[in-house]
Amino acid sequence: MLIKLINIISVWIIPGFITFVLAVALWRRVKVFDVFVEGAREGFQISIRLIPFLVGMLVAIGLFRDAGVMDLLVKTIAPLLGKLNIPVEILPLGIMRPISGSAALAITADILKRDGPDSLLGRLASTMFGSTETTLYILTVYFGTIGIYKTRHALPVGLLADLAGFIASIIICRIVFT
Amino acid sequence: MIGYLWAGMICLAVLTAALGGNIGAVTPSIFAAAEQGVKVAFGLISIMTFWLGMMKLIESSGIIDLIKKLLRPLAQFLFPAIPRDHPAMSAILMNMSANVLGLGSAATPFGIKAMEELQRINPHQDTASNEMCTFLALNTSSLTLLPTTVIALRAAAGSLNPAEIVGTTMIATLCSTAVAVIADRLFRRRRER
Repeated sequence: MLIKLINIISVWIIPGFITFVLAVALWRRVKVFDVFVEGAREGFQISIRLIPFLVGMLVAIGLFRDAGVMDLLVKTIAPLLGKLNIPVEILPLGIMRPISGSAALAITADILKRDGPDSLLGRLASTMFGSTETTLYILTVYFGTIGIYKTRHALPVGLLADLAGFIASIIICRIVFT
Repeated sequence: MIGYLWAGMICLAVLTAALGGNIGAVTPSIFAAAEQGVKVAFGLISIMTFWLGMMKLIESSGIIDLIKKLLRPLAQFLFPAIPRDHPAMSAILMNMSANVLGLGSAATPFGIKAMEELQRINPHQDTASNEMCTFLALNTSSLTLLPTTVIALRAAAGSLNPAEIVGTTMIATLCSTAVAVIADRLFRRRRER
């Protein structure tokens, strides 16, 4: 029932929203196509401006992933997690989630396949993936468009939020699913 | 700060590769990722163009006034320094609405537009303003209520109840967003002292 409703919402939200905007605009006698084109004009410039920022950041992320830094970090942090009774298998997801959305998605899919989506670990990975964002990507893109390098406390705040989401997911899944 | 993280990640990666006898993989990895960066930017062109056009329609049709009216208390709490009718406020509210409603592809174009407008009222052009930091805190901590990607992934993996993680995800998202907003305020206050 709930899953059906969610499916309906996710399929309808964009078509429904666009139709709603157009209907209201037509009703208010807005010159819809002129206005659309005027707004859309900037899209190209903004995207192209992002190239240096994206190339720089993705090189760091790609190297980090391919060189096996994650395995090293997992090995270092794992004993600590064992003491706190946190499943070690979830650690790679926690490390990659703020850094790379696609890598985190692959790790989540892997956990779901290996342990099953309805295991505690599968539910925990799902909750964790859904509750935070790819901090590094957002910072790169958002500050990149306006060429800001001095990002002040934006990075530590984003990483703290990821850590909070990570811990909250573990606690909540323990309470709800066991 | 990002600069240190960036250089740190690269140096750590090269060092790890060297110690692991894997140094040959570094060069191809660099150029594959650089190509990926260009692809991501090109992939953005289409959705940026489309949603920036829609955004203009949301503004000129007056739908934005409705959104503003609904979210005013929240907006004033989070961004007290932005004048109510400034275009930055419109873009921020549209980005937040897109996130909450699950209009995933629209959130980034709206967010980028918000950053451009915030830059216009930024006193130091090379440094992030307070409002930018708060806005980034909201976006990096995720505001999404329905984690549709994960639900689809769970369904594909044969889950008996793919949507059962909606509740836990919402609570975890609330926790991370609360921590982000509070941490942002604390950092800001420490700096102003």
